[in-house]
Amino acid sequence: MAGKPQAAAWYQVIVQRHTPPKKLARNCLTAFIGGGALCALAQAALFSLMHFADMAEKDASTVVLTGVIFLTALCTGLGIYDHAGQKLGAGLAVPISGFANSVAASMMEHRSEGYVLGSGCNSFKLAGAVVVFGIISAFGVALILMFLGKI
Amino acid sequence: MIGELLLQLLKAFLVGGGICLIGQLLFDVANLTPAHTMSILVIGGSILSGLGVYPLLADFAGFGAMLPISSFGNTLVQGARAGAESHGFFGIFSGLLKQVSAGISAAVIFGFLAALFFKPKS
Repeated sequence: MAGKPQAAAWYQVIVQRHTPPKKLARNCLTAFIGGGALCALAQAALFSLMHFADMAEKDASTVVLTGVIFLTALCTGLGIYDHAGQKLGAGLAVPISGFANSVAASMMEHRSEGYVLGSGCNSFKLAGAVVVFGIISAFGVALILMFLGKI
Repeated sequence: MIGELLLQLLKAFLVGGGICLIGQLLFDVANLTPAHTMSILVIGGSILSGLGVYPLLADFAGFGAMLPISSFGNTLVQGARAGAESHGFFGIFSGLLKQVSAGISAAVIFGFLAALFFKPKS
């Protein structure tokens, strides 16, 4: 009977030995550089559209945003995005491309269940959380601003 | 003009990278799922928008603040605000989603096209 707690402790040691180290610093660095580079790239595109195509800032940013989402859906379709996403972590998940990727990936993945029941019903599987809590928090913020007389 | 471009790129890189870094910390240190992390960033964006901070950040960093998902919260609040300013309380409802339309529409349209033309790899 005395062997039992000892075995449990030994088990913990084995678990710890086999858990891969998290490489926190490296993950953070790749997320910072990857995400930052993506944002800088979008900024460069915005700058070019504004200065070389004479577009207004608002129109140009819509074009860039739509372009980023188009490229993300294309890369998701070609299977490039998942591969890169595993390497860059939050660097690719946090920008709007992560949102677009989750919509495109769920629609592709569930297509075998049909366009309506599969792709349609599952499209916002992950992105739905963003939409729902975005709307609820924005509604709350707007109500508070209204209550404070700021609107 | 080159100097101006480089400065803009640097600002976008630092701010955008910083927000992604926060996301990575929420993944790795707080052990949150992607859905929880994105929800927290969006809620953070709307709160910062309400405090008037996020629009300043967007002015400063451009796409560094506009590309991360937290800007979704900011844009929702801006839409709700604009609606409320011109139509009162019910303007919150009609205005909320107005300015995020491009992002959501594009994600659905191109996502659907991807599902039409590509098969999942694994």
